[in-house]
Amino acid sequence: MRVDEHPILKFEKKNIIHFTFNGQDMIGYDGDTIAAALVDNGIMKFSQSVIHDRPRGFYCAIGNCGSCNMTVNDIKDVKTCMTLLEEGMKVENESQEVIIND
Amino acid sequence: MIEKDLVVIGGGPAGLSACKIAAEAGMKVAVFERSFALGGQLIKQTHKFFGSESQYAKVRGIEIAKILIKDLEGTDTEIFLNATVVGLYKDNIITVYQNGRYFKVKAKAIVIATGASEKFLAFENNDLPGIYGAGAVQTLMNIHGVLPGKEVVMVGSGNIGLIVSYQLIQAGVKVKALVEAAGKIGGYGVHASKLRRLGVPILTNTTVKRAIGKDKLEKIITVKLDQNWNEISGSEEEIACDALCISVGLSPLHQLLSMAEANMLYVNELGGLVPIKTCDYETSLKGVFAAGDVTGIEEASSAMVEGKIAGLMAAKHSGFIHPEYDKLENQLNNELCVLRQGPCGEKIRCGLKKVGELA
Amino acid sequence: MIEKDGVATLEMVKSRFPKKEVLFRPKAIIECYQEIPCNPCETSCPFDAITIGSDINKIPVVDFDKCTGCGICAKVCPGLAIMIVMIKNGKAYFKIPYELLPIPLVGEKWQAVNRNGEILDKPCFIEGVQKNKDMTTIVTVSIEQPYLYEFVTIRSKYE
Repeated sequence: MRVDEHPILKFEKKNIIHFTFNGQDMIGYDGDTIAAALVDNGIMKFSQSVIHDRPRGFYCAIGNCGSCNMTVNDIKDVKTCMTLLEEGMKVENESQEVIIND
Repeated sequence: MIEKDLVVIGGGPAGLSACKIAAEAGMKVAVFERSFALGGQLIKQTHKFFGSESQYAKVRGIEIAKILIKDLEGTDTEIFLNATVVGLYKDNIITVYQNGRYFKVKAKAIVIATGASEKFLAFENNDLPGIYGAGAVQTLMNIHGVLPGKEVVMVGSGNIGLIVSYQLIQAGVKVKALVEAAGKIGGYGVHASKLRRLGVPILTNTTVKRAIGKDKLEKIITVKLDQNWNEISGSEEEIACDALCISVGLSPLHQLLSMAEANMLYVNELGGLVPIKTCDYETSLKGVFAAGDVTGIEEASSAMVEGKIAGLMAAKHSGFIHPEYDKLENQLNNELCVLRQGPCGEKIRCGLKKVGELA
Repeated sequence: MIEKDGVATLEMVKSRFPKKEVLFRPKAIIECYQEIPCNPCETSCPFDAITIGSDINKIPVVDFDKCTGCGICAKVCPGLAIMIVMIKNGKAYFKIPYELLPIPLVGEKWQAVNRNGEILDKPCFIEGVQKNKDMTTIVTVSIEQPYLYEFVTIRSKYE
């Protein structure tokens, strides 16, 4: 859901960026953070609490809360609220698998 | 290892102001900002600022950010974006993580201007998706043009809660109510008046008891509080909403200072843990100065003035005397006094007394 | 109480108005009821009609003899707390700062609203629209004079 018209700000038409989220094709715009593009696409669940098994959403938008961490282009724990969207990005919810190395 | 005269940590109003003054004094400056853009919280502030002309009163926050960034052009200030300072060490060395690279920087002086983060509120199901910090909603709306929801409830009547509610309406979102636990409105009356004439109910002595929804927010239950902050049973009311904004105060981002074992003090009026500093804005760590919200939660107008003072003092400490040192020292300290001397400044004055900064 | 609900009482509003006779020329009504550090109204007034002083927390005072109702203060006020008022031929004319969409058009009939956010019984008419570079539009509206102390802003166009 984007702002159509704003009384103070001018949202210029930006280039479309194609990316995937959990394998699903999505679009965002140049200048979006990954998180902003996901919110625009109606994605509410950003991560999952491992201990409580509850969904977590976008909360602070500034890199403090850790709720928006996702795997991006196979790199884990990317703060999607602080990372700009790029063409062809592969964005996925983090796997809940806990690996213990003995 | 990179070596600079001054390292400024944080590219918001305090940090940028410190860079400018220090560069004018002849220092080689580097500013480290963890986000992808300079400006801090200013870049999402669409409203006109208060204060006086020297703090850019009547100018919108987004424009003030552009002014402060432009001021760095032509100065010897190296800008590092997407650069998180991950460590602060006693020999004035910082460690930085930027785009997969980890490196060290040494400086004659450091200004910590890391700002603050939003506090959270405890209530049942407060982790449901659809519950946002008010600053996050501003980022979504004002930077990306993305709406957080169609019908919002705001929690907290401080300036941020009042301003963001108004900005939500400007973006075309319905604000169903603003809920405030205390018995009176915390922010400026003029901001509250704007909301009331737009038909937004301001419910004082009210808090959120529970959020309800399957996998995402669908409604909240509010409850009234008595004079002792206890819930009045039977006063529960339901409000349907698809987004809840939490604006219950800010807390200084003190972590680097705490890591380096600066003398800190927990002061409620200042928002949390703050460094003890001299009137020269130097912390107990030699050559490490601090300015802006990290030293106590206030307005951006104060952050800019504090940043300038810290830049001035960090320069003096390192042997660089600003050409207008005496005039600036006098003028800047006077500006802070004036900003804080009214009834709105009572809280900050009280907090500053506790850290031993005001007589 | 304004601290509790953000709404000024009738007495408070009236205290900001000069005598009605003075309003045959437009005058600035500054609804700043709280001491906050802010003074762009004073520094922007080309006629030195607004006084705050060196303590910028003081509440602004308008010298109605000097005030010409030019509207610059209404445009710059960060709190959108100033309006320009005039009475003419049994109608009250208001110049209000407006930062919402859609921007009204001259000649339209709009809902008028009081400080409680309630829609008034009578509509107001859009007499003028001045868009500004700083994105604060000044809208001039007229409404029947009895609403002098009640009217504060516009809501939606009458369809």
